[in-house]
Amino acid sequence: MTAASQDLAAVWLTLKLASVVTVLLLIIGTPIAWWLARTRSRLKGAVGAIVALPLVLPPTVIGFYLLITMGPHGPIGRLTEALGLGVLPFTFSGLVVASVFYSLPFVVQPIQNAFEAIGERPLEVASTLRAGPWDSFWSVAVPLARPGFLSGAILGFAHTVGEFGVVLMIGGNIPEKTRVVSVQIYDHVEALAYTQAHWLAGGMVLFSFAVLLTLYTLNPGRRARP
Amino acid sequence: MFQRLSASLGALIAVLGLGAAPARAGEVHVAVAANFTAPMQKIAAAFGADSGHRAVLAFGATGKLYAQIANGAPFEIFMSADDETPARLAREGLAKAPSRFTYAIGRLVLWSPDEGVVDDRGAVLQSGSFRHLAVANPRTAPYGAAAMSTLEKLGALPALGPRLVQGENITQTFQFVATGNAELGFVAASQLLKDGKALGGSRWDVPAAFYEPIRQDAVLLVKGADNPAAAALIAFLKSDKARAMIRSYGYELP
Repeated sequence: MTAASQDLAAVWLTLKLASVVTVLLLIIGTPIAWWLARTRSRLKGAVGAIVALPLVLPPTVIGFYLLITMGPHGPIGRLTEALGLGVLPFTFSGLVVASVFYSLPFVVQPIQNAFEAIGERPLEVASTLRAGPWDSFWSVAVPLARPGFLSGAILGFAHTVGEFGVVLMIGGNIPEKTRVVSVQIYDHVEALAYTQAHWLAGGMVLFSFAVLLTLYTLNPGRRARP
Repeated sequence: MFQRLSASLGALIAVLGLGAAPARAGEVHVAVAANFTAPMQKIAAAFGADSGHRAVLAFGATGKLYAQIANGAPFEIFMSADDETPARLAREGLAKAPSRFTYAIGRLVLWSPDEGVVDDRGAVLQSGSFRHLAVANPRTAPYGAAAMSTLEKLGALPALGPRLVQGENITQTFQFVATGNAELGFVAASQLLKDGKALGGSRWDVPAAFYEPIRQDAVLLVKGADNPAAAALIAFLKSDKARAMIRSYGYELP
């Protein structure tokens, strides 16, 4: 493979990873956000803190623990092996699992904020009109929280594209499987191939700017809070 | 009152290291390849005790340290993980070419933390009885290039392709193997010594004929050219005392 086609392969892999992760995060993150927004449980603080952990922890810490727990001697590794899935490090699925974890707060928090902003009133009105909880969730809460979903999806996608430390720790730098753009840039810089690094790194800057511009243009009223 | 205040202020400044250093003891800023972290900390301590100078160490990947030096980082000595980068700095006028010397030679080992995985001739590489073989990135890490050269000489490379996983550097490669995520991997001999004792498992010390020597060169940078502490540290690195310490960490010397 030529250098340019390796770069393209890395770009394609990164977009694929970010798309899969964003879809999974909307599926997983929405019920968590709903629960966090409406619960009066004493567990709310603990769950919220766990969701927010990746915001605070250095990616190397997350990557290191994922490498150990998903490895053949770790609890997750034993489970995936028992299920016949093999071990996750060095695979695309492994990157997906890791990315879902570290991008979780970027999706859950905007959706949770949007749900909280709706308040009780619209849902009470819906139930006086005999809408069941499922019906009022889909036809009242979700449409009203649309900006939150949009922010969450964009931020989750962008953060997955930008992640580096975790992928570096568990990826193994395999072309077309785990070598994403950020790792490729790091390689170029380490190998002193600055011209190639500039192409990709400059592209990342433009991409990130375009994403945030879209976000703030579509959501002018309130700032996205990651 | 005023005097007491200024005295305690002076003490505070001295504690924070902001005051002028005592006239006779100097300070030297050294950029050190990350794989040499442990031996260099010990050498710097011995150097401080012997000479009264203080060696301030910054550790990092060779390519990153190069980029920092090229962009004006205040380092006076560069201890690289290869021999090319110091030569390049000398060519670019950022280092003093005649000062370049090899301070350590790395040795490559095929290692598994489990007994009986690696035989003493590396035949396991042909057997394919493993899922992952870890190597350092050959593009950026000298140990990775040495590992690929070994695999090529054994003719094992084509069959291994998809089982090869790359660590960004030799430290990460070691981590992949030590955590069991890769059953075996090419690591540095120095990583298999812990407090002077050999780590368990099974290993093949790759014969020198299989790869180019992994020379780690040091060079005096232009910023340190007039610093006596920098000259003293370079002399100390070449002393028998330092050489013995370097050997005790599993490196060879020219």
